[in-house]
Amino acid sequence: MTERLVGLPVESPLLVAAIVVLVSALLLALVRVVRGPTIPDRVIALDLMASLVVGLLLLLGAVLELLAIVDIAIVLALIAFLSTVAFASLIERRTRE
Amino acid sequence: MIVLVTGLLAFSGALLMLIAAVGLLRMPDFYTRMQAAAKAGTLGILLIVAATGITLGSISALLHAFLASLFFLLTAPVAAHLLGRAAYLSGIRPWVLEDELAGRYHPATHELRSSNAPTASAPGIDRVEETLS
Repeated sequence: MTERLVGLPVESPLLVAAIVVLVSALLLALVRVVRGPTIPDRVIALDLMASLVVGLLLLLGAVLELLAIVDIAIVLALIAFLSTVAFASLIERRTRE
Repeated sequence: MIVLVTGLLAFSGALLMLIAAVGLLRMPDFYTRMQAAAKAGTLGILLIVAATGITLGSISALLHAFLASLFFLLTAPVAAHLLGRAAYLSGIRPWVLEDELAGRYHPATHELRSSNAPTASAPGIDRVEETLS
């Protein structure tokens, strides 16, 4: 498994570049989570961060040729979606009262 | 060849997600940030899912990729819509000259009226008017 990871840049440098780009996007979204003036800003930034992590997991699955990682990515996306919906209903319910 | 195709797919998907993150950082108000993250992020993750599915190559991997992309296509707009609606109702004003949604939401029930006409022929409208007065 480590041999594949080490041999990766020779095999497909574009995949490594994609991973680097995804990590930098993760840092940019983190800046919005920290700064974001309102709670919905932070929630949408966390949602984007979750899908960035899903993208990283999918690329990891492609590199390691493990199909199980794709399942993990799908479950993480499901959790992110449910938490976003829960946050939305929390924000809305708090204003209704 | 396949390595090149999947590399290009993954890299362009990652670039789209970077664009989404930059939009999230640079856009002027919450709603513009939300649409940047929702649309560019969804297309980016779809391209990455396609790259992974083609790389793994087996029938079950392609089925996983298809189901995952279906899931992203279904959930991303729902999440963005719910969050935008909650943000508007919690009092965040959009970055526009004239807010055309102003007054359309009932303050207590959060029901949406479609027009300013006080007596519309639609069946649900009368009830909203009653609770408004």
